Amino acid sequence: MSAKANHSPHRLSEKAFFESSGSALKDPKLRRNFKRAMNGLMEKRRDIFPDASELEETRGRAGGIRRKTLAYFPELLEKLEANCESNGIRVHWAETTEQANQIVLEIARSTNTRLAVKGKSMVSEEMHLNAFLEKHDIEAIESDLGEYIIQVVNELPSHIIMPAIHKNLEEISQLFQEKVDPNRSSESAEEMTATARLILRQKFHDADMGISGVNFAVAETGTLCLVENEGNGRFSTTLPKVHVAVMGIEKVVESLQDLPPLLKMLTRSATGQPITTYFNMISGPRREGELDGPEEVHLVLLDHGRSKIYEDELLRETLLCIRCGACMNHCPVYTRIGGHAYNAVYPGPIGKILTPQIEGIESVGYLANASSLCGACVEVCPVKIPITDILLRLRRNRVRKKNARHWTDLNGGKSLMELMTWKGWKQVLSQPSLYRTQASLLSRIGNLLPAQIPVLRQWARSRSLPRFSKKPLHRLVEEAGIDHE
Amino acid sequence: MNESASSRSRILKRLHGIHSQSRFADHPEITEPQSPSWTTEEKISRLKSMMESVHSEIHCCSERDFDTVFRKVADEKSIASLLYAKNTQLGSRIHSLKQSTPEKMPELVNYDVTIETMKKRIFSIDASITETLGGIAETGSLILWPSRDEPRLMSLIPPIHLAVLQAEKIYNTFSEAIDEGRWAEKGMPTNALLISGPSKTADIEQTLVYGVHGPKQLVVFIIQ
Amino acid sequence: MKPSCSFPEKPEAVYYFGTCLADLLYADAGMAGIRLLQREGVRVIYPRGQSCCGQPAFNSGFQDEAREVAAQQIVQFPKNLPIVIPSGSCGAMMTRHYEELFQGHPLHEKAQSFSARIFELSEFLVNVLNVKLEDRGDPVKVTWHSSCHAKREYGLGDEAKQLLRQLKNVELVELERENECCGFGGTFSVKFPAISGVMAQDKSADVMQTGADLLLSTDCGCLMNINGALEKQKSQVQSQHFASFIWNRTHVS
Repeated sequence: MSAKANHSPHRLSEKAFFESSGSALKDPKLRRNFKRAMNGLMEKRRDIFPDASELEETRGRAGGIRRKTLAYFPELLEKLEANCESNGIRVHWAETTEQANQIVLEIARSTNTRLAVKGKSMVSEEMHLNAFLEKHDIEAIESDLGEYIIQVVNELPSHIIMPAIHKNLEEISQLFQEKVDPNRSSESAEEMTATARLILRQKFHDADMGISGVNFAVAETGTLCLVENEGNGRFSTTLPKVHVAVMGIEKVVESLQDLPPLLKMLTRSATGQPITTYFNMISGPRREGELDGPEEVHLVLLDHGRSKIYEDELLRETLLCIRCGACMNHCPVYTRIGGHAYNAVYPGPIGKILTPQIEGIESVGYLANASSLCGACVEVCPVKIPITDILLRLRRNRVRKKNARHWTDLNGGKSLMELMTWKGWKQVLSQPSLYRTQASLLSRIGNLLPAQIPVLRQWARSRSLPRFSKKPLHRLVEEAGIDHE
Repeated sequence: MNESASSRSRILKRLHGIHSQSRFADHPEITEPQSPSWTTEEKISRLKSMMESVHSEIHCCSERDFDTVFRKVADEKSIASLLYAKNTQLGSRIHSLKQSTPEKMPELVNYDVTIETMKKRIFSIDASITETLGGIAETGSLILWPSRDEPRLMSLIPPIHLAVLQAEKIYNTFSEAIDEGRWAEKGMPTNALLISGPSKTADIEQTLVYGVHGPKQLVVFIIQ
Repeated sequence: MKPSCSFPEKPEAVYYFGTCLADLLYADAGMAGIRLLQREGVRVIYPRGQSCCGQPAFNSGFQDEAREVAAQQIVQFPKNLPIVIPSGSCGAMMTRHYEELFQGHPLHEKAQSFSARIFELSEFLVNVLNVKLEDRGDPVKVTWHSSCHAKREYGLGDEAKQLLRQLKNVELVELERENECCGFGGTFSVKFPAISGVMAQDKSADVMQTGADLLLSTDCGCLMNINGALEKQKSQVQSQHFASFIWNRTHVS
């Protein structure tokens, strides 16, 4: 099996998004898979939060803890670093994903690592770490079952919690037959899980290095916390002689007492579980006299644009995220197009606010437009990130950026047309008499507008065109003699 | 200055550079959650039902009955080899049990050498038995602080994990366990764990399957 | 939902903000809202210079354009009277975003007073006017779509449904996913017509499976969108703004 990931990380363009979302919408199997999975996740979350006022209180608390953390962000990072170091965890800092990859590679080289087993980590996806290590002849095996499945077929995760959610049993069964082990029966989830257990236990046994993410890093004690159900995270961080944890800098929290409310909100919001099977708290490598545990533990703190995001008071709230995935489970867009359509590491609402901020508003700002602003994500976010407000801000920033440059730079005439549209709109709607003349005109001829006008044609694919009233309201009001002042 | 150090100073400089008023702007008051305060009986029953709902097996017994209950479980599950930690109180009890009734007991394997030495062996052992630091009623969790005597992998590699929990050490909540155990003051062990059931996954079409990477079965003896 | 203390005593007169969508596409709904208010003995003032709350441009990131149009509205409603709107979405724009939009602008104070006086029609009818309805219509089965902006941004409660429940010949059947977005989202439906279209189709399928004769809502944008999808699928289900529906069933002609 090969771990190569030949996906270009830079398929991020509006055109590519239209193509990929368009083909996702035309794929009935994919849509069925997502619908079923997301319905299940929404139901589980609903069931575990039966009391609305208690939920509000807990969201307030979890959000409060994350906000407090960000208020003391640099101080807490320094404290985390100091306490990790005094626990024997070696701390590395990276501004870019390239630097982070390089750090992991150097550790791998200094420890003669040939095989690394990985626990699930979205930051390592940000880094495209597997492909990087592969290029340097280091095999990196994903050990979370979902991640393992998609690695086998060389795909990217389609969901941040459930990476293989886009595939149904039949598809996974087929790939186990073809690519994992043709000699073992792969009909049921149980059989395939058993096969993966067998293969991956051997990998855990053989691996020189374990790579993991971090869910929370406690500054006061220098403790790295991992949340998981399978035990692969524990294997990756316990059995190999080297453990490298990669972490986005925003994952720091102040104290151990911050953990219970955050853990509670994370597992409940993500999968509707009161708690996961394992909550793994790592505060150092094997100590003198201990019989197991890694001999070296490294923590790679990755910035990748986060300190820039931190500069703005509203945009900063993006960094509150604890990566539960509830926003995507409840998003009417995500649940229809699925995670791959975004062509980005983080799909769904959190991806729409995070990706443009990391990759650049000019090139990826279109993602912020791909939302109906319905606010379902805001309603379920366990730390109350004002996602729709951030989307609005990003849209505005994008327009500002374009105003400052040239409207025809991007997307050819399309952007220019958008600018002209809003300029015209403003001209009409800010002048009462002009507006009334236009409105009356529309009520007379609006219904005769040819459906071939591009905007109308698109709309008309799935909907009949709206019909204008015979007389606009302001005329009816005049005729009825309604007071005007 | 190496690259990591210069990254560090640039990142921290940017973060420190934010006008402090904006940074410390009114983050909301964090209210203390209303914590349940159950009786020991209630805590046992809550923990039991929570853990059973995720396929754990719970046996409540007295200190005196433990030997019998344990042997019965070992027998039912056909445990032929058992990883244990001889230097713990539990370990010495298991050890003397083996001495008094060798025919009714599995083969005992003491975890007393480094993992590098016993890596191959440990993957072929049927079960392990460990103590616990306590339990959490609210979420149905065991607290384990692996140590020199009882290393980390005991609760991970063997397919059956047997754990002994003293009923009076069940806390209401995780938060209470951290507080009353004075975790922050005492300092954390190299590894601390909450374990709330056997290993599980739902990554294939959301079908729940137990025993993916870690133990397939978790058996808890609550000693009253 | 708004706390009850935020509602005033019954006033002698109110302003009415018709909204651009009602003006152009749902004039009858706009008029029905006025009639419902008048029937309770409230004088309704409709400033002639009003047009649009500015939301379309604001939501597209064109803040300056949105501000110019919004400013034109603010000056139309100078007296200290409640401003009633037959749309929770426009209500959300005017209550939630004017503060930020007019930060540092000469109209800032006026914008604040304007925002504070905004009330969505159904909440005004129920909480301020304490409306009692007498149903004169034939038995009918209706279903309800809750507008995302009204519910989540504006914080509108279930007042409109309370009004429907006062109508004895009206059977209200709930959608399976009442709170899921219909896919309109203003310019979203134009910029991403394929995604929006699928959302609209799913919503209309949900509507059809209820067996209702009629779909009602508080917001013209959602209605226009869902109605378009229903028509495209040649469904028999009609759609209507709740104000038209209530007025048509309760007034003596």
